Amino acid sequence: MAVIELRDVAFRQPNGVVALDGVSLDIDKGEVIAIVGGNGAGKTTLLKHLNGLLKPSSGTVRVFGKDTREQSVAELSRRVGLVFQNSDHQLFSETAEAEVLFGLRNFGFSEDEAAKRTDEVFRYFGLEHLRKRAPLTLSGGEKKRLCIAAVTAWNPDVLVLDEPTVGQDYPSKLRILETIRRLMEAEKTVIVVSHDLEFLWPLWARTVVMIAGKVVRDGDPEEVYSDSDLLESAGLRQPQLVTISKMLGRSPSFRNVSDAVHWLERREP
Amino acid sequence: MKRGEIAVLAGASGSGKTTLLRSINGLIPHIYPGEYTGRVVVDGLVAQETPTYELAKKIGFLFQNPENQIFMFTVERDVAFGLENLGVPRPEIVRRVDESLKLLGIEGLRNRSPSELSDGQKQRVAIAGALAMGPELLVLDEPTSLLDPRTADGVVALVERLNSELGLSVLLVEHRLELVAPIADQLVILSGGKVWKSGPPAEVLSSEGLHEVGLSPPTVVEVQRRLREAGKWPHGIGLTVDAFCSEAKEIWR
Repeated sequence: MAVIELRDVAFRQPNGVVALDGVSLDIDKGEVIAIVGGNGAGKTTLLKHLNGLLKPSSGTVRVFGKDTREQSVAELSRRVGLVFQNSDHQLFSETAEAEVLFGLRNFGFSEDEAAKRTDEVFRYFGLEHLRKRAPLTLSGGEKKRLCIAAVTAWNPDVLVLDEPTVGQDYPSKLRILETIRRLMEAEKTVIVVSHDLEFLWPLWARTVVMIAGKVVRDGDPEEVYSDSDLLESAGLRQPQLVTISKMLGRSPSFRNVSDAVHWLERREP
Repeated sequence: MKRGEIAVLAGASGSGKTTLLRSINGLIPHIYPGEYTGRVVVDGLVAQETPTYELAKKIGFLFQNPENQIFMFTVERDVAFGLENLGVPRPEIVRRVDESLKLLGIEGLRNRSPSELSDGQKQRVAIAGALAMGPELLVLDEPTSLLDPRTADGVVALVERLNSELGLSVLLVEHRLELVAPIADQLVILSGGKVWKSGPPAEVLSSEGLHEVGLSPPTVVEVQRRLREAGKWPHGIGLTVDAFCSEAKEIWR
């Protein structure tokens, strides 16, 4: 069953710029999907339609079968949790703990339940030592984890991550990847928007490519990332393992470094 | 760091990169309090004995988010701002602003408002403002982190051009090592407030323990390092996919 359905969605900004131009997309329960494209391709505008922050100028967006025009942002956010690209736009409480409690209280969880869930997410994301800290004094990686923790605390069915790796160092990227994998195992639907294909490659997720407000490709990662002309016109860079595979004539592409090393090791000079 | 060099500074969050940059432009110790020992010398000036406005003439500083440093109503006024502040005579300002805009290929944006520009254009305006001051050293703090790959490539190519054409020294902080390692003369890795390793990028990126200091080498370097470990890579470490693949095709025809 499609948890999210977009039909011919167009969105025109007040200044006349067409940010989305006839987007149709079905996303199923438990699916992990990557939405990729350059700056200004319409990725973030698309995401804002999923929790009702924006309503389409024409076409329809259905979330769990219901038109977003008939639902409030609060109702939608309960089921579709959005983690912003810039953590500073999301964090505002005086302590990390209050940040997580805020959403839970807003959605009407009892104090006991809210406290229990807060404990859980702080443990899960390795943030327990930071509970009393002011969010804006945390490092970039810690802020990102806190944002994800605050949203997953109310257990939305769909988690949407907007450019989660921007400004993140390697350990933080690994944790984000790990978090997405755990959500996959829990059969959550996860939507990741990114231009960081090097990060997305090991996730091996269905990939949607956007250019100038349109979906220009929707396919499996091998197909999408192999198409260097497509990536070029989308302003993206092919993952290095895919380029190496192409240049050395190996198909399908190497999924990870070990794959490539073992394959080359076995070849006779 | 030698004159005319491109040095890349890398390290995990909290490794001391920003603190180091602040020590170079004198914000440490002049603005940020703390305990300070040792010496920082920038083009002959001892940073702790030199007012920050003097250092600002030597060092063009670029922040991660250009929105934090461009704020005037037109691109032209923004690029002129630093010079106006130093009391440079008007004809000289006009000349230097023209030169910077031209160098960055943004003369056409002269009368536009910075707020309506794309992220890549904003970054160029910020760089033009820094260049107009005629610095010896350009310091860039993660200049590409908000940019998509194509725009990021443009900024890196630009930095390389400024270095080779003007002989400008460049100190660049960057997480995306695959993007900047190929243009770097020197790669410096910080960990826990210390220099963990520094040297030619190929050497530093293929050294043991990089993951332990919170960094990941570019994929193509990791492949070569692992092959070398297995005794199957007799060549030097190439920093680009092209360099690696052409060597690999020689070995495994």
